[in-house]
Amino acid sequence: MNEARDELKGYKGRARAALAEREVRVWSEVRLTNDAGSVFEGVILPRSETLDDLHVVIKMRNGYNIGVHVERIAAIEELGYKEAVYKIPEKEFPVRPHLPRVTLLGTGGTIASRLDYRTGAVIPAFTPGELYGAVPELADLCNLTTKKLFGVFSENMARDNYIALAQAIGEEIAAGADGIVVGHGTDTMGHTAAILSFMVQDPPVPIVLVGSQRSSDRPSSDAALNLIHAVRTAAYGDIAEVMIAMFGPTSDRYGLLHRGTRCRKMHSSYRSTFRTIGDIPLATVSRDSFTYLAASYRRRDPSRQVRIDPVYDDRTTILYYYPGMRPDLVEALVEKGYRGIVIAGTGLGHVNKPLYPALRRAIEAGVHVVMTVQTLWGYAQMYVYDTGRDLLELGIIPLDNMLPETALMKLSWVLAHTGDRAEVARMMRTPVAGEITDREPHNGYLIMQGGLPEIEEWIKSHWK
Amino acid sequence: MAAGERRGEGASRSRKVRRSTRVPESARQPDEIRPRRTSRLGFSGSGAGPKGAGVSQSIDYAEVGFICGLEVHQQLLTDIKMFCRCPARRYTTTHDGEVLRHMRPTLSELGEYDGTALMEFKTKKNIIYLLHEDNVCTYEMDDTPPFLVNQQAVDVAIEQCLMLGCDIVDEVHIARKQYLDGSIPTGFQRTAIVGVNGRLPFRGRWLSITQVSVEEDSCREVSDRGHLIVWRTDRLGMPLIETVTGPDLRTPDEVAEAILLVGRVCRSTGHVRVGIGASRQDVNVSVRGGRRVEIKGVPKASWAPALVHGEAVRQVNLLRLRGELHRRGVRRAAELNIDSAEITDLVAGSALDVLRREAWERWATAENRRPGFELGNGPFAVRAVRLRSLAGTLSWPTQPELTFAAELAGRVRVIAGLDQRPILLHSEKWPDYDGSLAELRRIRRRLHCEADDAVVVVWGPEEDTVTAAAEIRLRFADALDGVPNETRQPFPDGSTDFERILPGPDRMYPDTDSPPTRVTRERVARLRAALPPPPWEREARYAAAGVPAPVAHYLIRRGGAALVDRLAGACGAGLRAACFFVGERLKGLRRAGVAVDEVPRERWCELFTLAAAHPALLQALDRLVRAIAATPHCPVAETVEALGLTAPSADWETSVAAATAGNPPPGRRAAMARAMERLRGRVPAAAVAAALDRLAAGGGR
Repeated sequence: MNEARDELKGYKGRARAALAEREVRVWSEVRLTNDAGSVFEGVILPRSETLDDLHVVIKMRNGYNIGVHVERIAAIEELGYKEAVYKIPEKEFPVRPHLPRVTLLGTGGTIASRLDYRTGAVIPAFTPGELYGAVPELADLCNLTTKKLFGVFSENMARDNYIALAQAIGEEIAAGADGIVVGHGTDTMGHTAAILSFMVQDPPVPIVLVGSQRSSDRPSSDAALNLIHAVRTAAYGDIAEVMIAMFGPTSDRYGLLHRGTRCRKMHSSYRSTFRTIGDIPLATVSRDSFTYLAASYRRRDPSRQVRIDPVYDDRTTILYYYPGMRPDLVEALVEKGYRGIVIAGTGLGHVNKPLYPALRRAIEAGVHVVMTVQTLWGYAQMYVYDTGRDLLELGIIPLDNMLPETALMKLSWVLAHTGDRAEVARMMRTPVAGEITDREPHNGYLIMQGGLPEIEEWIKSHWK
Repeated sequence: MAAGERRGEGASRSRKVRRSTRVPESARQPDEIRPRRTSRLGFSGSGAGPKGAGVSQSIDYAEVGFICGLEVHQQLLTDIKMFCRCPARRYTTTHDGEVLRHMRPTLSELGEYDGTALMEFKTKKNIIYLLHEDNVCTYEMDDTPPFLVNQQAVDVAIEQCLMLGCDIVDEVHIARKQYLDGSIPTGFQRTAIVGVNGRLPFRGRWLSITQVSVEEDSCREVSDRGHLIVWRTDRLGMPLIETVTGPDLRTPDEVAEAILLVGRVCRSTGHVRVGIGASRQDVNVSVRGGRRVEIKGVPKASWAPALVHGEAVRQVNLLRLRGELHRRGVRRAAELNIDSAEITDLVAGSALDVLRREAWERWATAENRRPGFELGNGPFAVRAVRLRSLAGTLSWPTQPELTFAAELAGRVRVIAGLDQRPILLHSEKWPDYDGSLAELRRIRRRLHCEADDAVVVVWGPEEDTVTAAAEIRLRFADALDGVPNETRQPFPDGSTDFERILPGPDRMYPDTDSPPTRVTRERVARLRAALPPPPWEREARYAAAGVPAPVAHYLIRRGGAALVDRLAGACGAGLRAACFFVGERLKGLRRAGVAVDEVPRERWCELFTLAAAHPALLQALDRLVRAIAATPHCPVAETVEALGLTAPSADWETSVAAATAGNPPPGRRAAMARAMERLRGRVPAAAVAAALDRLAAGGGR
């Protein structure tokens, strides 16, 4: 049956039969009586396909849902039928000629969303009108255009999406956008920010990735404020780079602007999950101001010519090294035709000795192997220990303080340009967008440890 | 269905304390929250009200079509919270972290914004949550999704449903019920219906139980000042059940009785929490032609009759006000002629502090009202609202001793965030100060008022005064329709004040973070098998044994009934004796500071088993209980022996004879006392008395 028209959406087996037999369907308004004489009046809801086939779900008049076991249904009487329309009130986004033009490119994620009954999941909703209905503050900031490129969760982003996204950004810049916002799921936002930093070079205007950690269907969502911060940054910010704009603290206070190549999601659910690693963030952004923190950044300059370089070879991987890793893993990658391997090594950039022969064979076979550190903070410094020197001798390319995910994105981009060993090494080691920095400032590594008196004192006196 | 926990605890303070705005937190009990600052406003019903307009204070409940039902909230006794692993009911009065948040309205699954949600958004509240690592984790902060629902809580909830005679839901679905007042950091409460269609015997008929849901408790309010509300998160996430009764209650007294009945049923399992704030109720009231109004968080059954009466009177009076407005030709909101103008300059020289900028700024400084937090946007402004042809409505009686102006003040305080007393001034009870009447005349002139126009004046940050004027208009629009659906907060004097618009079902949507829980018939059967008898069955049994009702109720409420039944069953005690022992003796000793609650129940069983064979022990009960409490882990037989209360030697009558010795010989009473000193707990007093009698008769045995 065509799923879009399935009148018993999500129901299977016995529950489906029970509904069909009684000639009621999803969205029927019913009076259901069970074997104990209890009466439930309400709407039959779709059922998540991952649930069992024993229960019928009713949304009762008081708003609650319950599941009734099919064996306990004594009678169902259909009182009416009304298909639910779940829609954000759509109002036309006002045009104000004096305000900057911002384009919001949608990739999916939860910047605006609605519920899907089939899976019980939150799925994205997205037009300027919908956004205006949900976040009317945006109209005070800019003239907004939205383009939905894809509707994927961020874990499903991949090569073709990256290429399409970079091209779309190029088109919007060419069309004169004053800034670009990319709505994106948070899980792989760091990856996308990194690859865009390589594919979109010398942008004249800000390119801001934004998402939310609490879905926008909740009153407490961070989506609206993040979106306001991102749009504000795109419209008025002075930094013409690929950035991530997400909550600074978990409180509703300000957002941080992170450089796309140096940013990482560091908590599975906290609002303040994104952190600049090995440096300080570029700036803070609030509802009404920016505070620039970084010593240098690429400034907004509408006359600058952007270079869109949208290429990507996805025959690459990250090998997250662990003690006792077996060499056949490397061999398998070579055998499967992988062209690039990013090692997230221990400490300063190490792997165990039994891996050496496999790595040597891989490199001899033309695979490009680069080294980053799984500590995330700090440099791969392979001259310090014999292990490191041995690995350099094998031909492994050390990437200093490039983050492993950024290295994967860059290697994928570089390998789409060249297979020449020396050229790959040169390109990988030459920073394009701050992915390698010469210096690590002492405040670039700050993981405060709870429990210490001075930290507790600080936490008490600041909103988290 | 709204949970009544939001403000209940604060309201338990006496009126006098509630007025005090600066109770230091340290001076309060750990279970309390900061008392509500707001109290009833003193707009008196005397004076300008229309004569003979049908002012009502006493009413015939049946005649006005009084309808009332309850939502009783009861915390469950679980080890941990409902959706995370934090300990339950570990309350704190300090904090070690704070979070600042705001709430935005969102959409329900059927696609409409909820009216309450929009109202709460208008109030633009800054919300601060106080955190303490002892009782909250990142779940309560809304920075971690829920863990799977606590099945212990579901079990207790099912058990409660069975006690209430409910049909248990086959598959429990967790829903999100939106609350934008900030009482829950997610902006919604996770709640699920567990049982429906129950009933309890009540006054010779049935009190129907519409539904029972299990849900997470909310935060405790610390303060609510202007645009800043502060919540403590310790209580957040504790499991509770909400029992919703049908609209079956016919008089205010029945309401109090029903609250106590539901409480007894819940507590009879011993699996719910007791103590301050462990149970709170919302009372839903309406009269014919009126609408459901929820009095939220009534902390005690004894408060209910006055509150319910007051609400019934209020609704009757609001319906009469509607009649009066219609009589004046105002039937639709569009026909209301209400406008406002800023009059800051006009009253800049007022003798009344609240109308002058510098006095207001002094107040704001003294109260630590900070721009961007407690204070709304804009400079200080005074705004006068002209109510065309509405003279007399402001002094229209509503609740006993209150007038319609208090209805306006409630909305202004909550929605515009203007909470400096007296919140508003109005032309029908203008305060008396130097030049007051001249000032009112000037204001009326500025607004081009005619004789039958009324005036309301509000003051504060400019934006808020505009909101206030709009809200006053909206409240009058509601008055054209009679009684608006509201939740109202209760005060000890029986009055209530506006809390918010009553939310509808549009604020419910499924919790996509939590899978449904299937409740198998086997699980229900297992829980049913372990249920205690229903309280009314016990009440009847105890009454038949001659136990007074208050003692029986106490035993059922406080969980002593299970012990009583055990003592009277397996241990051979008389039912009446067991009731008095647990319900009176232990209670008295507990109050006297004896640690009777530390004693394992086994000990009391041992005591009564021994006493069954050796009844004299019961005469030394006080001493014995104290000794048992002092060594709770020692078998009672050993305690009895240590106290020398073992059965006496055969020649105990020698002791009685010794007690009569002396020159001159002691009187009978003194001899008895002397003998009992040695024999109490070992020989029944009657036997000692008989021995004395025999001695007096010159006998021996």
